[in-house]
Amino acid sequence: MDTVNIVMIVIIFAVLVYYWKKDRIDNRSKIEKSIEYMLILSAVLSIAVLSILEQSILFYTSKFFDTHSMWYFFTGTQWSADALNGAKFGAVPLFLGTMVVALIAMIVAVPIGVMSAIYLSEFATARKREIYKPTLEILSGIPTVVYGFFAAVTIAPVVVAFSNTLGIEASHSNALSSGVVMGIMIIPIITSLSDDVIGAVPNHYRNTALSLGLTQAEMIRFVVLPAASHGIIAAVLLGVSRALGETMIVLMAAGMRPNMSLNPLEDMATITVTIVDAFSGDHDVTSDETLSAFALGFALFVFTLMLNTVSIFFIRRFQKRYQYSNL
Amino acid sequence: MNNRIKASVRDLNLWYDEGAKQILYSIDMDIYAHQVTALIGASGCGKSSLLRCFNRMNELINGCKVRGEIVVDGKNIYDKDVSEVAVRTKIGMVFQKPNPFPKSIYDNIAHAPKIHGRVKRGLMCDKLVEESLRRVSLWEDVKEKLKEMGTSLSGGEQQRLCIARAIALKPDILLMDEPTSALDPISTQHIEEAIVELKKSYTIIMVTHNLQQAKRIADRVAFFHKGDLIEYNTSHEIFTHPQDKRTQEFIKDKYNQNG
Amino acid sequence: MKKRRRRLPTKHPFEIRQLKSRSVKSYLFKWLSILTIFFALSFLFIFVSNVLYRGVSAFNQTYIQVPVDITQYAVTTNPRVAIQRDHRKLVSRAWVRNLPQMVKETPTLLNTREEMWILADDEVDQYIKGKSNKLTSKDRAIIDKLKAQNKIDLRFNIIFFTQGDSKMPEYAGFLSAIKGTVMTVFVTMMVSFPIGVMTAIYLEEFAQDSRVTQIIEININNLASVPPILFGLLGLAVFINVIGVPRSSALVGGLTLGLMTLPIIIVSTRTALRSVPNAIREAGFALGLNKFQMVWGNVLPLAMPGIMTGSIISLAHAIGETSPLLLIGMITFIPDSPSLVTDATTVMSAQIYTWASMPQGAYIERTSAAILILLGVMVILNMIAIMIRSRFSKRYNYE
Repeated sequence: MDTVNIVMIVIIFAVLVYYWKKDRIDNRSKIEKSIEYMLILSAVLSIAVLSILEQSILFYTSKFFDTHSMWYFFTGTQWSADALNGAKFGAVPLFLGTMVVALIAMIVAVPIGVMSAIYLSEFATARKREIYKPTLEILSGIPTVVYGFFAAVTIAPVVVAFSNTLGIEASHSNALSSGVVMGIMIIPIITSLSDDVIGAVPNHYRNTALSLGLTQAEMIRFVVLPAASHGIIAAVLLGVSRALGETMIVLMAAGMRPNMSLNPLEDMATITVTIVDAFSGDHDVTSDETLSAFALGFALFVFTLMLNTVSIFFIRRFQKRYQYSNL
Repeated sequence: MNNRIKASVRDLNLWYDEGAKQILYSIDMDIYAHQVTALIGASGCGKSSLLRCFNRMNELINGCKVRGEIVVDGKNIYDKDVSEVAVRTKIGMVFQKPNPFPKSIYDNIAHAPKIHGRVKRGLMCDKLVEESLRRVSLWEDVKEKLKEMGTSLSGGEQQRLCIARAIALKPDILLMDEPTSALDPISTQHIEEAIVELKKSYTIIMVTHNLQQAKRIADRVAFFHKGDLIEYNTSHEIFTHPQDKRTQEFIKDKYNQNG
Repeated sequence: MKKRRRRLPTKHPFEIRQLKSRSVKSYLFKWLSILTIFFALSFLFIFVSNVLYRGVSAFNQTYIQVPVDITQYAVTTNPRVAIQRDHRKLVSRAWVRNLPQMVKETPTLLNTREEMWILADDEVDQYIKGKSNKLTSKDRAIIDKLKAQNKIDLRFNIIFFTQGDSKMPEYAGFLSAIKGTVMTVFVTMMVSFPIGVMTAIYLEEFAQDSRVTQIIEININNLASVPPILFGLLGLAVFINVIGVPRSSALVGGLTLGLMTLPIIIVSTRTALRSVPNAIREAGFALGLNKFQMVWGNVLPLAMPGIMTGSIISLAHAIGETSPLLLIGMITFIPDSPSLVTDATTVMSAQIYTWASMPQGAYIERTSAAILILLGVMVILNMIAIMIRSRFSKRYNYE
């Protein structure tokens, strides 16, 4: 990765935009022209950020795969950055840990999030909705480091004590407590979008269903929810994407040990935690450990980008069907 | 002519906005079985609101208040021991705009009867769907594509599908809120034919803006003006010898308007 | 003759099958949804009360009154001997360490022997506050005795607001983290506000090609969904390794967070611009203004409340974000307050993370207090945003 690379990206963008806009701008006064160029430049910069991000991560990732097998990275079951005993970079345990934590989070967040959205859009009066919705959204505004502290200091001891009374052994850092707290954080993300989507289902569906003698619950279950399903799926996918990329909660409450296990009461490292771990020791960017972090970052980038794309696809389908553009 | 009374409205008053705005003033009228009763009047005269009182859809509007009785088959539907869900099951409704659910044609019709436990999936259900579609003469057109979306049909077909959906529950009374106002003349004709056919089995109350339509298919016509029932008589009497001056004016105006 | 069976009084034409169970189900469903939202809202309550419960005590700090013997030997060689052997474990080592400095500032203290109020050790502090601690029973006895003599006092914890981080919990403060946050988010806003707003203006008011704008829109949407930690990788790879911005500095942190908050500002600014009625633009053109005058003079003032609200919310985001900063070295131990944007800095959220991973109970308490301050800042920022929105949405109501 070098300066030339970044500068190239910006220049390519700028040149493209220049030719695309050239004739429109030529016949204007000098000041207007320069202002418009400034606006264009900032637009180019903002758009270039994503490519720069991708480029910079890709650069070190390819460096990593120059010396390490990509096959083993995606299929290997051992992750150990300890160079003395032969470092092994098989990321499967990290993917597994990420999945387990995200799954627990979604088990918490999806039912609560969707049911809350149903309450807000179907049962609550306008006044109550105006109070509850912003209050619930506060949850998503709380910094994640606070959630992490809460998970580690308050939830984890409860989980450990509870499983001990059941006679099950639980590690003090465990996937369950971080997953649950992450789920709480994701609730408002799902609620907010689902509420928007359910609210956008045309009212005549409701009236018609009720006129056919359906109760309100039947009307919601058989007419409103199916109509809103695409939007709700999109909301859930956004939640999953958020769960995969979450760092602080797992870092503080799920541990740093790559663990090839599905037991939520054990400690397990996720992709994000391992990235942070790689930079907590030595600061040499070209060491295998730091390079591996870039490879993990790249994998994370691809996963979340895919989820986001699918989510947008579902939202677009919903918008198309109901001509709803406020999402 | 069959003169059995199916439903009677007794001293019905209706308010919106928590009683601030009165919509209907002390309405009294009898609805006869197996007849088409048309409610006419200028926009905002309360005819649609009255129609919605028959299946208690008004209760969905915030701040709506009803006083009075609507007695159907000897029972006031506003009694405490009557559930609005039961009322709506027994008294079906077709809306102004065709509004099939975003489901298949088959599911549009079979859905509500299944929930009500009238039919289970299978032969009985298929039969019900076929019968309902036949009654609105839509069966021949859609029998090959029952799995397609109800929304893929043309406007007129959609509205007939909506009527089929309402009668699949075998209601006692069918309410229609300007069922043809959003349709082209050909589709309107189809719907009108269906209505005439349907009155053999159902009692139909419809709101219409179109006086020719009321003349063509209604047995009785009720004229409303600013929340009052001005005149209620057989269709023939209303259109040939309107008693009240306001009725005369309204009919004259409307006829002139329509050319 | 058959006796006619009497009908039950409730039997009427509007009784339908299964109605009761269906109504009950509907009712239960409604209550389930109400219960769910209260369950979700109760998390918020649990959070706040939990942090309050743990953190409020940190705003007071224990001081003890013990005899201090300031001899020449103590000042020059070993400050510990100034305190009697029994009390040595009870007073803060930070105070002891500062003793020579104190004497240097007020030389009259030399060769005096008097009882002084001294900052207590963190374990003593925890014991006095009734929390778990590692004191021996002997030390506890001494403290109980001092307490009986009114020689132990809880005072407002001024250190927390005037000092930086410290390896001694009782002497650890939040000030340098607050300063670091201010400097970092200043850089952040310097980056993301102008670029974000200008981008949005360009996209909303000037760009016309719908396909290109569509690609840009997807691009910005994707950027908003990138996990924050990846911006840390970006900051490390580009700002530190390529451009050479000093590690751990407010500058690199601010730049990184700036890129992260960019999409939020772009999206909110675009929404604000879009909500300005088109009639305003047409009126501007009708008066013979050209596009720049129209946007600058007519559209922007109306969109400003929305833009400000979005920027404040993105500011709150930047203040709360931690993970990218971990990768660019902003969690290293930094006791001194930064004075330049290129100095090594820590920020509030990173300080919370560092303290949270410390074993001592006093750090847990301080973490909670720091969280209270962080949440307080969030609440204030959001209230400002809400105020701006409600105040101006009334004034410019065009609908």
